[in-house]
Amino acid sequence: MLYSKKVMQHFLKPKNIGKIKNADGIGKAGNPVCGDVMVLYIKVGKRKKKGKKEEYIKDIKFETLGCAAAIAVSSMLTEMVKGKSLEEARKIDNKEIVKALGDLPKEKFHCSVLGKQALEAAIKDYERKKKN
Amino acid sequence: MVKKIKKIYLDYAATSPLAREVIEAMKPWFLEKFGNPNSLHSFGVEAREAIEKSREKIAKLINVKPNEIIFVSSGTEADNLAMKGYALANKHKGKHILISTIEHKAVINAAKWLKNYGFDVEFVNVDRQGILKLEELEAKIRKDTILVSIMFVNNEIGTIQPIKEIAKLCNEKGIAFHTDAVQALGKLSIDAKKFGIDMLSGSGHKVYGPKGIGLLYKNQSIKLEPLLHGGGQEFGLRSSTENTPAIVGFAKALELCYKEMEKESKRQKALRDKIIEEVLAYDFIKVRLNGDREKRIFNNANFSFYGIEGEALVLLLDEYGVACSTGSACSEKTLEPSHVLLAIGLKPEEAHGSLRVTLGRYTSKKDIDYFLDVLPKAIKRLKEISPYKK
Repeated sequence: MLYSKKVMQHFLKPKNIGKIKNADGIGKAGNPVCGDVMVLYIKVGKRKKKGKKEEYIKDIKFETLGCAAAIAVSSMLTEMVKGKSLEEARKIDNKEIVKALGDLPKEKFHCSVLGKQALEAAIKDYERKKKN
Repeated sequence: MVKKIKKIYLDYAATSPLAREVIEAMKPWFLEKFGNPNSLHSFGVEAREAIEKSREKIAKLINVKPNEIIFVSSGTEADNLAMKGYALANKHKGKHILISTIEHKAVINAAKWLKNYGFDVEFVNVDRQGILKLEELEAKIRKDTILVSIMFVNNEIGTIQPIKEIAKLCNEKGIAFHTDAVQALGKLSIDAKKFGIDMLSGSGHKVYGPKGIGLLYKNQSIKLEPLLHGGGQEFGLRSSTENTPAIVGFAKALELCYKEMEKESKRQKALRDKIIEEVLAYDFIKVRLNGDREKRIFNNANFSFYGIEGEALVLLLDEYGVACSTGSACSEKTLEPSHVLLAIGLKPEEAHGSLRVTLGRYTSKKDIDYFLDVLPKAIKRLKEISPYKK
């Protein structure tokens, strides 16, 4: 299988690996039976932008069991959403992740979907915790 | 990025490089001796003689008659010719075919194809060690069973099947017995006649010979329907102008394998055992050996590592300069884990973390030391990323 340079870079030197202690939100996607499990940890901060209060991803880390594509997606995704408001982060499409990685083999597209699912789950987890 | 310091090939079950002696033996048959072996003139005659001499050499090595060796293009073609060719030529005898769950895809998919033509294909299971369940085979044999195909040595987990016992059983019941011996030929001494094998597939590029050449041994009593129709070469069973250089190279390569068999099997086994002992002693990751510890070919080791994925491990090892293989779903376009690993009872998540290491004639002790130095590093890097730490 041939991966793009960008995928190999992120696979070999992934950014933002690990857990965040006292994370505000944790999101998990996939399961070991399929071979891929992605866990995202987010720390949410508050700031003012154009006079409006907003919540943003202050820090994000990941742990992934999976192939090179799954690891590269995790790494790229964390880089893409770090510093973004929750609203913006939510809007990120899996195709954008694929594009940022300079393409993925077709059979690996599901890895990018996994990334989006894990992020959504992490944000939801944060919002649920906030309510309680 | 890791610097590629060395390049170490530990994927001999996938393919092997040509032996120098083999390419030398092949050269003249590309250049000045290029004749079509079917021609009447001297160019044709010398090519014909070279082919027949090669056929005799190979026949002698596995103790069969020269006219029982059919040269084909690959192990896959040999399997297809055996399965389809036998079934189609013997359908009046019955429609039932038995194969194991760990066969090569060539046998499995040829058998599945035969289902479209009214044949009834059943699978025989292997135990957790990857050895065929003989009693199950015996129990599944029916009155209309015409063909049994069980591989000699499994290509993924290296297990050696009880070929003599299977052949005996088939011989007694008057059922044709085919074995895919692609991973056994040139590594184990095979006496096809004494073992009672009716058909046997072999491949050139697994034995330091060229790609694009394979063989099917078939006992002279066995009737086959050809897959290719044309000029009637290879006893009418495989029309096509013969691939003289590849046939010469295949025979030379096998000769070398037999010459070195005793020495190489001992040498490679010692290196392979070192790998197994060291890896099974890892305390930083849970690991299991796939396939029987004893009944396995001397150059194969296959592990499952828990909490990491095989494709990532293979790619990371490649960065360290080491070439291995995996049965992980992520390495397949179909996204299905290896059917062999599932057949020995591995859960999909166990199959995903598999690593196959296969040694060969050009593997040195230094190579293995280097591999054993970088493997823990690669595993630890992936474990650090993985959510499963234990």
